[in-house]
Amino acid sequence: MTDAATTDAAPPANGPLTTADGRPLKSALARAERMRRVKAMLLVLPLLLFIGITFLSPIALMLFRSVDNPIVADNMPRTIAALEAWDDHGELPDEAAFAALTADLAEARRNRTIGRLATRLNYETGGLRSTVTRTGRRAQRLKAPFKEALIGLDGDWANPETWATIKRLGKRITGVNYLAAVDRRYDVDGNVVPQPEVRRIYIGNFIQTLWMSVIVTIACLALGFPVAYLLSILPLRYSNVLMILVLLPFWTSLLVRTTSWIVLLQTEGIINDILVWSGIISDDGRIQLIFNAEGTVIAMTHILLPFMILPLYSVMKTIPPIYMRAAASLGASRHYAFRRVYLPNTLPGIGAGCLLVFILAIGYYITPALVGGQDGMMISNFIAYHMQRSLNWGLAAALGAILLFGVLILYWVYSKLVGIERLKLG
Amino acid sequence: MKRLLTASVSAVAALGLWAGAAAAADKLTVVSWGGAYSMSQVKAYHEPYEAKKGIKILSENYNGGLAEIKAQVEAGKVTWDVVDLELSDAVRGCDEGLLEELDLSQLPPAPDGTPAKEDFIAGTLHDCGVATILWSTIYAFDAGRMTGGKPRTIADFFDAKKFPGKRGMRKTPKVNLEFALMADGVPPGKVYEMLSTPKGVDRAFAKLDTIKDDVIWWETGSQPPQLLADGEVALTTAYNGRIFDAAASEGKSFEIVWDGQVWDIDLYSVPKGSPNKDAAIEFIKFATGTKRLADQASYISYGPARRSSVALIGKHFEAGIPMGPHMPTSPGNFKNALQNDFEFWADYQDELNERFNAWLAN
Amino acid sequence: MIGRNDPLVRFREVQKTYDGESLVVKDLNLDIAPGEFLTLLGPSGSGKTTCLMMLAGFETVTYGTIYLGGGPINNLPPHKRGIGMVFQNYALFPHMTVGENLSFPLEARGAGKADVREKIGRALEAVQLGGYERRRPGQLSGGQQQRVALARALVFEPALVLMDEPLGALDKQLREHMQFEIKRIHESLGVTVVYVTHDQGEALTLSDRIAVLNNGVIQQIDAPADLYEKPKNAFVAQFIGENNRLRGHVRHMNGTSCRVELDNGQGEMQALAVNVSGSGAPTTLSLRPERVVIDPPPGSLPNRFEARVEELTYLGDHIRTRVNVCGTDQFIVKIPNAHGHASLKEGSTVTVGWEIDDCRALDT
Repeated sequence: MTDAATTDAAPPANGPLTTADGRPLKSALARAERMRRVKAMLLVLPLLLFIGITFLSPIALMLFRSVDNPIVADNMPRTIAALEAWDDHGELPDEAAFAALTADLAEARRNRTIGRLATRLNYETGGLRSTVTRTGRRAQRLKAPFKEALIGLDGDWANPETWATIKRLGKRITGVNYLAAVDRRYDVDGNVVPQPEVRRIYIGNFIQTLWMSVIVTIACLALGFPVAYLLSILPLRYSNVLMILVLLPFWTSLLVRTTSWIVLLQTEGIINDILVWSGIISDDGRIQLIFNAEGTVIAMTHILLPFMILPLYSVMKTIPPIYMRAAASLGASRHYAFRRVYLPNTLPGIGAGCLLVFILAIGYYITPALVGGQDGMMISNFIAYHMQRSLNWGLAAALGAILLFGVLILYWVYSKLVGIERLKLG
Repeated sequence: MKRLLTASVSAVAALGLWAGAAAAADKLTVVSWGGAYSMSQVKAYHEPYEAKKGIKILSENYNGGLAEIKAQVEAGKVTWDVVDLELSDAVRGCDEGLLEELDLSQLPPAPDGTPAKEDFIAGTLHDCGVATILWSTIYAFDAGRMTGGKPRTIADFFDAKKFPGKRGMRKTPKVNLEFALMADGVPPGKVYEMLSTPKGVDRAFAKLDTIKDDVIWWETGSQPPQLLADGEVALTTAYNGRIFDAAASEGKSFEIVWDGQVWDIDLYSVPKGSPNKDAAIEFIKFATGTKRLADQASYISYGPARRSSVALIGKHFEAGIPMGPHMPTSPGNFKNALQNDFEFWADYQDELNERFNAWLAN
Repeated sequence: MIGRNDPLVRFREVQKTYDGESLVVKDLNLDIAPGEFLTLLGPSGSGKTTCLMMLAGFETVTYGTIYLGGGPINNLPPHKRGIGMVFQNYALFPHMTVGENLSFPLEARGAGKADVREKIGRALEAVQLGGYERRRPGQLSGGQQQRVALARALVFEPALVLMDEPLGALDKQLREHMQFEIKRIHESLGVTVVYVTHDQGEALTLSDRIAVLNNGVIQQIDAPADLYEKPKNAFVAQFIGENNRLRGHVRHMNGTSCRVELDNGQGEMQALAVNVSGSGAPTTLSLRPERVVIDPPPGSLPNRFEARVEELTYLGDHIRTRVNVCGTDQFIVKIPNAHGHASLKEGSTVTVGWEIDDCRALDT
């Protein structure tokens, strides 16, 4: 009896190991671990959902919007079909296209979608909006031959460029937003050409945005480095007070701070008053310190300064003061020791602070909007303009996407040059 | 893919607008421009209506434009019930299906029985909106700081020799191009015809060039009175109500130059898909009645959209001065006036905005 | 330029205060000869590190003068003093390789490239880390890092090297190994070393001379053996090695020795008068545990007493025995674990005795 029982329970020679009740060890292990893994997953699920919904999906949607172009295709199906074969850019399309257009516009008018159609076409060619809405209002009553009827209604229909525009916008996926975002457009022959000079704004503004961000970053570094250093060497009770001063801007509304900069910097403001009072400038020679690029840089430097100071401080705090003593004992003057020993050890903080400030700066919106004046505008202000005013969300999305890719490239370059693992945010 | 995206966006919107979505029909969300203007609406429309109907009106502020409405309508979660819109946005919103169409025949007639359609000033009723006020962009100065003669005409605004100092202007081509052409001698009736041609646009920008270095650009309506009060600018374009408000309520010595004023209307509209559509329309019918419109003029110097209201306009609620002469529509002010052409701006604003921004940056 | 017997370092009447109220270093006078290995030993707060920092130039001298190689250096900034220094936590620069760390002092002095490479190689060889130039400090063990730090302090061939508890962060075994290394390097290079530690064993092992500091004052400065064998006061006796302390008053002076009556009235003994002013003066008798003889033949020792065995602790090479003698039950006797020593039992009574020279009458 005992013999049979023992051979039964014993694992077969050379076979997989089993548990006491005969199940393979591996599956028992997986089972035991699964519950733990499921529980862990459940804990992070809300976060994953939150990130997915509030962060990733809007970005995906933005990228999609920058190329998505359904309006013309949805509202002018007959016209697009009729223009399929038309490719002679010098001449007008045939009667069938005119008839299709009339039918499309009449239907769009009935569906109350003509406004969107008109707006979309108007982004490409100013004036087409009223052409389309006016034509839409009468389309119901037009009689064949439609070519003459339409041209009689509005001269734009006699222009082959109008038809080329419709055909081009008939594609559901389009790159025109990106072209517009870099001051380019299609001409009547479908070639990419620069915008007329008076309408070129985005490239210049991208450069301006980058340039201003660089200046703000450098200014923040120059001002923040000594402050962070002071913070890191002061005794705790003084450094706490100083730290509160550094953090104070975080606790006041951005709008209030920006407005207080206006009070300080305007030509009748405190800074100018002091300069006039002390005789440095004359009353007529008051300096324009705000509502221009300089004012934007000043205000943004102030607002972004804590983002430079905090990572610098957290890195400096970890640099033992003994390094400087060691360097001095090895014969290095203060200057040499600072350059060769202290500065290299603050690099992770400098990198983090600069990256943080720069990325925040190129996306900055409210400060340039309030104090930017005529030449202190940044690309975000144009994005906001297209989001809120012109409702050209496609172009806004394209500008945003370019900004996003710019930042990603920057991040990549940083990780190649400095190494992202050396980034220290606090 | 697209459906997924739409779904996730709706989810985002649903999260964001959760709180608002809970509002029942005993609440109405009325959105306007804030400041003295919203206050005048609260006093003249909201409070009497709340007293009469026993419902709560939530007053929200926005900065104009259709962006929020578009976002709400596209996400299918409309939380705004009544929105105060500029004409160009009302027309565009209507064309794009963002606004509810209103049955204008239901609007109450004037006290003397004149039907609403005749009582409202021509061009102030629209398929998707009912006008409440006429307002105007003018330019103003602080008489207390003005040494020498006072500016009288729109041309004076562009005359930096006669009236030196900084100028405040709104950072948009709208109205500024009109001002420039009128200052350059173009009669109001020809302004938009001229602006439709490249030559006319060049001429307007050339005129703006003459004062470009002196301009401080403002963006929100509350800025110009502040700029004037701080002495930052000698002259500034502004909404007439804001200047009047600063003068009447805060005792500033601001004066308005009405010559070359560009007037516009504001309308009440209902975003498409508002869950309280019927209550919203009820509110609009109440608010655009003769008495209510006249009442509003005691709080702010914007003209009522109904002819029948003019006779009922009283005195300012605080300063006690008669409001009649401070209306854009008062005969003395209305001589050289231009109505903002929403059709023109709907057609050309993108192009002109780009050009304006390029002009600013160079 | 200085004579063979002129001191390399001189502290003259040096005083130091941080707060203006209390002196951390009081009237310090100290000469350090070239090639000497001098240790500053003392409990924490005794002022030993302050002395070292003043010498290195990281702390100002409140009063008095420090001379280096004959000249005063009070106002010379640290980087111009040419003193090598080894810190407790190595203070290697983490962003530099071992080679760069070593070339740092040479480059700061503007040395030529070839010269630098040769010197680095030699310094690394000296600490047995040849071929480690390209490693980073983070990749080395604690002992290796300390050896690099040592090499870095020596690579520019300073006449004087300061070491501030350099082995404090190492474990016991490594510490002993490094002590040996330091001693070897010191002997082979002939460099002058000023060494700070609170570990008496380390001090005894390494030093030519040890200065024992307490409360900012040098208590005694002597060679290790003298310090141990002939402590001049109660603090030194107690700080270095184990000792039995008995309090009493001098009854009678007899040349170099004296008779002391214990304060508890339970005995009178003969002692060497080291630091007593005369008859009637209070004194502390200091007696090393290993100098106490168990069961001495009668008449062989001047001091003989009955003792009761209280506690026995087996420590391998010796047996630590706590006995009650003359009314003190904390009296320790070390009995070598060797043939010929009777095994004691707790509670039994024995006779203990000691020589006059081993019982030192010190200050209180």
